Amino acid sequence: MESNPAALGLVRAAVERATEVLHFHEEESRAIVRSVDEALANVIRHAYGGKAGCPIEVTCRHLHGTQDGSCVSGIEIVLRDSGVRADPAKMKGRPLEELRPGGLGLHFMRQSMDEVEFSRKKGKNQLRLVKYLAPAAPAAAPEGE
Amino acid sequence: MQIVARAIHGWTILDLSGDIDLANSPAMRKALLGEIKEKRTSRVFLNLKNVRYIDSSGIASLVEGLKASRDLGSRLILYGLSKTVREVMQLSRLQKIFEIYEDEEQALAS
Repeated sequence: MESNPAALGLVRAAVERATEVLHFHEEESRAIVRSVDEALANVIRHAYGGKAGCPIEVTCRHLHGTQDGSCVSGIEIVLRDSGVRADPAKMKGRPLEELRPGGLGLHFMRQSMDEVEFSRKKGKNQLRLVKYLAPAAPAAAPEGE
Repeated sequence: MQIVARAIHGWTILDLSGDIDLANSPAMRKALLGEIKEKRTSRVFLNLKNVRYIDSSGIASLVEGLKASRDLGSRLILYGLSKTVREVMQLSRLQKIFEIYEDEEQALAS
């Protein structure tokens, strides 16, 4: 996709459909959609400074594997952008006790997802979001499908 | 997203519908702050009954509106919140900060 806010609705619809196919509960599905939307909005606003037409790669895959003999399943969404290098020190959200606009997106992601992992690879920012179907198993070594 | 303004008893109701996200929260912010700061409306009601989604930029605009209304001694009142909007308010720990009512009748009577 391009860094155009008008495209966010389309991505939300696609992610929602993916979570339905994987049988996430409605509440979890909304949480995943919200996290991806907030992550993309952050890329548009901060990595690209609000500039439209810049590339954002969004990949979504079904994670499945086994842990302690039990099947583990989930969804992994990875966002990659070529914008300004994100500063992990600034990616802390803010205390919710403060009544002021802004700083909530990261909080939404961390509250909703099992894994939120930022990295910089080959000159690109990469954000990996993972949500497991219950029971959560963040230590599993998933295989892609 | 659509915004329709209605006047009642000298107050304003903003009927919002659709998704409030990065693409259109600036329009909501403009409408909201216009009522509160420019028109100095003593009570501004936001009807969120037909809002399917709100993101953190939409929440930020609501917070900005609330702060402006507090500064000016007016009231910002929300009603008709969907499950999705309520979830976001709870995640933001704002459900007790805003005046929130179930429906228009309750909101107008408040």
